[in-house]
Parts: sequence; structure tokens; C-alpha cells
Amino acid sequence: MSVGDFIRNSQVWKSIFRHPAPRDRRNRVVVMLTNVFLHLHPVSVRQSGIALSYTWCMGGLTFFLFLVETITGVLLMFYYTPTLQDAFVSMQNLRDEVTLGILRELHRWGAHAMVITIWLHMYRVFLTGSYKPPREFNWGVGVILLVLTLLLSFTGYLLPWDQLAIWAITVCSNMARAHPGVGHEGPGSSLITVGGVNLIHSGSDARFLLLGGRAVGGETLLRFYVLHCVAIPLAAAVLISVHFWRVRKDGGISGAL
Amino acid sequence: MSDPNPNITSSPPAPAAAATPPLSPTAPKPAAPAAKAPPKKGASRRGFLSFFSWIGLAWAMLTASTGVLTLGTVRFLFPNVLSEPPSKVKVGFPDAFDEGKVDERFKDKNIWVVKYQSKLIALSTTCTHLGCTPNYLEKEGKFKCPCHGSGFFGPAMGDPGINFEGPAPRPLERWALSIGDDGQVVVDKSRKFQQERGEWTNVDSYIKA
Repeated sequence: MSVGDFIRNSQVWKSIFRHPAPRDRRNRVVVMLTNVFLHLHPVSVRQSGIALSYTWCMGGLTFFLFLVETITGVLLMFYYTPTLQDAFVSMQNLRDEVTLGILRELHRWGAHAMVITIWLHMYRVFLTGSYKPPREFNWGVGVILLVLTLLLSFTGYLLPWDQLAIWAITVCSNMARAHPGVGHEGPGSSLITVGGVNLIHSGSDARFLLLGGRAVGGETLLRFYVLHCVAIPLAAAVLISVHFWRVRKDGGISGAL
Repeated sequence: MSDPNPNITSSPPAPAAAATPPLSPTAPKPAAPAAKAPPKKGASRRGFLSFFSWIGLAWAMLTASTGVLTLGTVRFLFPNVLSEPPSKVKVGFPDAFDEGKVDERFKDKNIWVVKYQSKLIALSTTCTHLGCTPNYLEKEGKFKCPCHGSGFFGPAMGDPGINFEGPAPRPLERWALSIGDDGQVVVDKSRKFQQERGEWTNVDSYIKA
């Protein structure tokens, strides 16, 4: 008996891998359906589904970059501190002192690349008419994913806490205070008053909620850190699952209905 | 078994009785048992009454708790306590400022102290376009914002803070000024005066030297 056979007949192996490796169609299906990672995938895909000229593979690249960002992001979290005193210094430390601290640049470049691939993916979907019924809901889900990706870029931009970061977030959050109704400097802010004071003021409008304060400060840094590392990725993960599921159920990638 | 004389029966015929053929031709064949009337289209009495059942209570509690938790989460995210620097800043004695000059010592506290036509003014250093901090260009006598090029009058050009070039939609804001107990000028950043609202004529926005 060879070493391979000995291992494959061992109790340890058989307790992990219940079925032998796929050799025929039925066995392939059994292996796929009894494995938690594999069962998320379709058992087989159409050949046109992997034709690069059909799909450009931009959606796949976007998901790959999302995974890259998640993994590099988690690794960066071991060295980055989201406080006023330490944010910039910890980022410099990552860049200059930490071994393979180029990971910080990889995270940043990956973010830029992900935004590019998302737009190319949207463009491809539009060109191939893959937004038409019954796929129109999936297009909507994709648009929400686009907004979440841009929000990830926005919140992540503040974390290095350099001049570029602070002023970019200041300027963008100042747009929030000019929103009708919910911004304290926008039209309609004085519609509702309680005891002579506007209900929507600089300490209670949408910009206040976003920044956690009346100006970009320590609370903003922490708030954006949590949004960037936990809240938005969770929401994106849920919607990515919906997005992929709908692709499969609506006829498969790059397939006829 | 169906009663041959249903007219004197006190209880309605059971559903099983309807299934068996009637023994007497006079026994009526009920289409459905009398207790179960077919529901009409729209709200029925049964549908309305089901709100007061245990399942109705359960649904109501689920809806209410979901709503309350959502509102509670949103309220949680609005901070009640902020750590901000004090809004009152002492900038010195009134005669320490020169006519036609801009004092930049307090720029990091968002204040330019300007003496213009014998009046002391405290200008906000926040550009009214999108919030960057302009620079005072003494040679050109104006405040110029590096972000998008908004330009505001310096004391040499006119009423300090008036926007005259670039995308700024309105003049720089002014802070309230007063004389403190020790005779020093106190800038109060919790009150602002905007020229476009006609507030620069307010006596609290300047100190007559």
C-alpha cells in the first residue's frame, strides 16, 4: 500500500473528507454538496461563463480585490492605532519600520484598483445588456455595492490622519451640512423648532452624526475606523452574497436567460 | 349519521355527516358547516379578531421591539459629550494691535484679529466655500484660500472678509468681541456674525478702539 493510500484510509483523513475525490458526475455532485466551502459554488458552469471576451472578468477581479483588501486590512489593524496622537505615527511606522510594511501601500493601491474594476464591471454589464429583466434587481444590488465601496474609500481615506485626509473629509462632510432638511445650514433646517432652538442644529444634524462631533476630530477618526473595518464590510459581504446568488439564479454568468 | 329531521336539531350537523349521503330526501345538504362561513374578500371579522390573539400579540411585540431598537440605535450614535477647546479666547489688550494689520498669532484657534478703520475685528479663518483655511497674503493685501482660490478683502482692500474672487459664496464670518475683566479683548467663538445677514453692524462684532 502506498503512503498516499495509507493516509487516505486513515481515520483522520476519512473523518475530514467523507467522500473520495471526484471521478464521475454523481460523485462530483456529492463532494460539492457535502462541503461547506464548495457548496456555495455551482457544481458546473457554462463554458461561456469563463470566456474573457464575454465577461472581462471584472466582477471576479472586484471580488478578488475585496478579499485582498480584507486580508491586508486585517493585517494592518495589528499596527494601526485610531487615536489622535498615534494615527499618523502608526501609519508611518507601518510604512518605514514594519517588515513588508509595503502592505499599507498594497491596501491603498488595491482600493484604487477596486474602484476602477467596479466601474469596468458596470460598463461591461451595461454593454452586454445584463441588467435587463429578470436581472434588474441584481443591477440595483450592484449599485448599492458601488455606493458601499465608495463609502469604504471615503472612510478609509481619513485613517492616515494627514493633511490630505483631514481636509478631504472636512470638505466632504461640509456638503452634508448643506443638505435640505437634515443639514443645519441647508434649506428647511429651521422648519422644526423646540423652545426657540432649531431641532436640526450644528450639534444634531446629519453631519454631526457622520463626524461624531462638530468638526473632524478624534471621535470622527474612531467612528470612521469602525465603519471602515467592521460595519461597511459586513454590509458589503451580505450584499455580495445576494449579488452572486442572483447571478446564478438568473441564468448564470454570461449566460442566456 | 344525519338526522332525518334537522329542523328540530339543536346542534348544527357535523362535517362528517355532510359527507355521508342523507337518509331522508328532506335532510338538507349543507354546503359547509354553519360554524365556518366562507371568508369574504377584504377584511373579515375573523381577520380583525385575530389581532387580539396570542399570535397577534407576538407579532405586535416583534414589530414594536424592532422599531424601538432601531430608533435606540440611531439615538445611541449621536454623542452627548464633546471634547472641544474653549470657545472664549483672550487675545491681548485693545491697544496692542496696529491699524491696517492682520494678527496671525491666533490662526490655529480659527481667529484673525484685524484692526480696520480704528475698529478691532475677529475674523473666522474658515473659508466659506468648503471649509479650508485661507492664507493671508500681506503683499497682495488679501486672504486667499489654497483649496479652490476664494479671495477675501484684507484691511488694505476694504471691509476685511468680503469675498471678491473665486467660488466663495459669502464673506468670512466674524466672532463676537468683548472686553474681559482684566481689560483684555475676549473673542467668543460661540457667536458668529455674517455680513450677508446684515449682522456686521451689530456692536458685539467689533470693538471701537
